[in-house]
Amino acid sequence: MKDIKLRIRSVESTMQITKAMQLVATSKLRRAKERMEASKPFGVVAREAISAAVARCEDSNIPFLTPREVKRRCYVVVAGERGLAGGYNSNIFKAVDAHAEGADYCVLPVGRKAIDKYQHLKKELLEDIQSRVEGTSVSSCFRMAQAIVDGYQAERFDEVWLVYTDFHTMMDQRVEVEQLLPVVRAHLPEDATPVSTVYEVEPAETLRQVMPDYLAGKLYSAICDSYASEVAMRRNAMDSATKNADAMISDLRLRFNRARQGAITQEITEIVAGAEE
Amino acid sequence: MATFHLKIVTPDRMVFDGDAERIVIRTVAGDVCILAKHIDYTAPIGIGQCHVVDAEGKSREAAVSGGILTVYGGEVMAMATTFEWSDEINLSRAEKAQMEAEEKLKILKRDDREFAVASAKLKRAINRINVAK
Repeated sequence: MKDIKLRIRSVESTMQITKAMQLVATSKLRRAKERMEASKPFGVVAREAISAAVARCEDSNIPFLTPREVKRRCYVVVAGERGLAGGYNSNIFKAVDAHAEGADYCVLPVGRKAIDKYQHLKKELLEDIQSRVEGTSVSSCFRMAQAIVDGYQAERFDEVWLVYTDFHTMMDQRVEVEQLLPVVRAHLPEDATPVSTVYEVEPAETLRQVMPDYLAGKLYSAICDSYASEVAMRRNAMDSATKNADAMISDLRLRFNRARQGAITQEITEIVAGAEE
Repeated sequence: MATFHLKIVTPDRMVFDGDAERIVIRTVAGDVCILAKHIDYTAPIGIGQCHVVDAEGKSREAAVSGGILTVYGGEVMAMATTFEWSDEINLSRAEKAQMEAEEKLKILKRDDREFAVASAKLKRAINRINVAK
């Protein structure tokens, strides 16, 4: 009986923690979703603007558009700062492993968990690592974008992939692996009516100047999405943990009451038996 | 006056999405003014002022830096690195940034990688101050 009582107490205190974490996640989720929504238009407009800029650009020697032999890849891995968010972090790492399939790659990790993981694996990390996912700033995304552009131009890697978690709904978050560089032309909407465009600067040069902005916008949007997903997954994980704890407590209560009743019954039986003698 | 559809975005928000009469913006080649029915056009955005006249004829000033301006099939899209309306600029912050950048430039050498960063910061700060005043 004492055992059961102790277990009830320990489960109760665990439940208090999971419940508090759930509430924290719920309140953070609202802000995360707002930021995510605000970061969406940029991606759409950026894609339109870039595709408009290169739509009529016949020059096939623009490095950002032309695939080259892939000796090495670079993965931008967006994970969380903390655990206890269901499969959030492990899903991301699994997706990277499955996608890389033993190929040589270096990593630009975002989030404490990603940094720890790839430091542990002794992968080469791009210098500009940052750990903050919550409240990430546009300027830190610019630094990362610049590091990517520099590395790509110096041919330290030949392909850049972005691995992040896409927020669909509260209950549905999916890991996405997206190619950042070279920019895949098929992703750019086809243009039906070619008209001549006036370029202030050569298209190739325009693209070179704009690439960091484009990537920074992409990264920012992906990080906002991932963070919203992380919080949502943590909320869900904590929600089910709280429910489990609740079920466990009611089960233990039942057992405790049964045991207590059993003990009382036994005592009465003993007393009655003693009185009869 | 004829209007056109204008979109201005930065990575963290949609700044403007609606009809406008005119936009004057600083590109790397100098100020350009876009009116309705402009030919398709592409230019990188520099650091400078931006002036938007909306469909009601109300005009607003902003500080802009970086990005790309495209006119495509009559639609105008400005994808900017930073874009702040004059009433949104935090003047004391910009002045502080100006001072910090100036201090840094005194110490750094011309060929330092940081030098370019600091001088870009200085330019942006001065631009913000000019627009806000």
